[in-house]
Amino acid sequence: MSGPRLSLSDMARRVARDIPSGAYVNLGIGMPTLVGEVVSPEKEIVYHSENGILGMGPAPAPGEGDPELINAGKQPVTLLPGGSYFHHTDSFMMMRGGHIDVTVLGGFQVSEKGDLANWATDEVGHPPAVGGAMDLAVGAKRVLVLMTHTTKAGTPKILPLCTYPLTAAGVVDRIYTELAVIDVVAGGLVVRELVSGLSREELQARTGARLAFADDVAELVPGTV
Amino acid sequence: MIDKRVGSLVEAVAGIEDGATVLVGGFGNSGIPVELVHALLDEGARDLTLVTNNAGSGETDVAALIREHRVRKIICSYPRSSGSIWFEERYRAGELELELVPQGTLSERMRAAGAGLGGFFTPAGADSLLAEGKEVRMINGRRHVFEEPLHGDVALIKARSADRWGNLVYSTAARNFGPTMATAATVTVVQVREFVELGDLDPECIVTPGIFVDRVVRVAGS
Repeated sequence: MSGPRLSLSDMARRVARDIPSGAYVNLGIGMPTLVGEVVSPEKEIVYHSENGILGMGPAPAPGEGDPELINAGKQPVTLLPGGSYFHHTDSFMMMRGGHIDVTVLGGFQVSEKGDLANWATDEVGHPPAVGGAMDLAVGAKRVLVLMTHTTKAGTPKILPLCTYPLTAAGVVDRIYTELAVIDVVAGGLVVRELVSGLSREELQARTGARLAFADDVAELVPGTV
Repeated sequence: MIDKRVGSLVEAVAGIEDGATVLVGGFGNSGIPVELVHALLDEGARDLTLVTNNAGSGETDVAALIREHRVRKIICSYPRSSGSIWFEERYRAGELELELVPQGTLSERMRAAGAGLGGFFTPAGADSLLAEGKEVRMINGRRHVFEEPLHGDVALIKARSADRWGNLVYSTAARNFGPTMATAATVTVVQVREFVELGDLDPECIVTPGIFVDRVVRVAGS
């Protein structure tokens, strides 16, 4: 889609700003993984991986590292000093039990009530897979969704109700897209930040659910986020 | 004298019967007891129910069991991955039943079995299709779905080191489902990289106490 928009790295940097130092964080597979690459190095963040890692570090140098030390996306990673390994049941206790401060997840659809659909579409004959998405969505203290504002075809992904199967109901706190930062509050959706050059009407036109606008909507300037 | 060490992979998987429910450790390619699964393939048991996080990829281990028509049903959280061709082939052909379970629920159901519990209520999946046909209860204002324990006839897992009592330590993220699966099966079979003498493993650091382990087999370099 043409018009003003944030780049993927702008979007990741915008999410990263909202992750406080000292947080225990789980980044979902795909776009959310980018957030870890742009968090300010001054912040001390402990990354959790569902397969039993706290204090996960970056990928090892090519040809180095332990082939069994992988992240949830099955990519090789390292362990930082202070990091730990634990088994799956403990790992999901951390996730489901409210011990993870922030999770950043991808989304197929988010509803105005904060319902999240990110594990299955309505594609027939495609075998389903869920992984840890449901446990994380219900358990993390703060659920941030990083996704494109619409599908490639231009169909809105922020809707009054999700049409795809739900991952969890009423769990999303904030949505970050290439066009806006939107909070899910008790009364619905509130736009906090809007990409420069896009009007409120244009944003609403690309959104299925009704949007309210904060009194002090901030400007998201591409390339300076 | 207690000695859970066995001398061969053949002995390690001996007696696994047709129709057995087999818990197989591993997450992606991390912690898969590859040699034990191949020994099970050679042993020949059919009509198996596999409980495992992923449904195999390429031509080895779980994928090979599926390819050779040994698996009737798979209980897992993430069957689809790059290279899961045999799962997709048999699933689409209607030959392989899939029970999809959220990953934390999969692990906790086995924990419940190992802990002698009759199940648990979890919010994970309570608002999803995966709760269909299950009891849903409001607990502290939130929907929770009832999940039953998941017990295995056999668990096949991988650890780093074992002593003759079956005490285990693991290697990095290859630990994943191993400690939970070890508690949840009638017979727990472990492949390890090395055997150590009784007393060599630091008691403060033993991850799986030998009470949960029945057979250990050494697979050098694994």
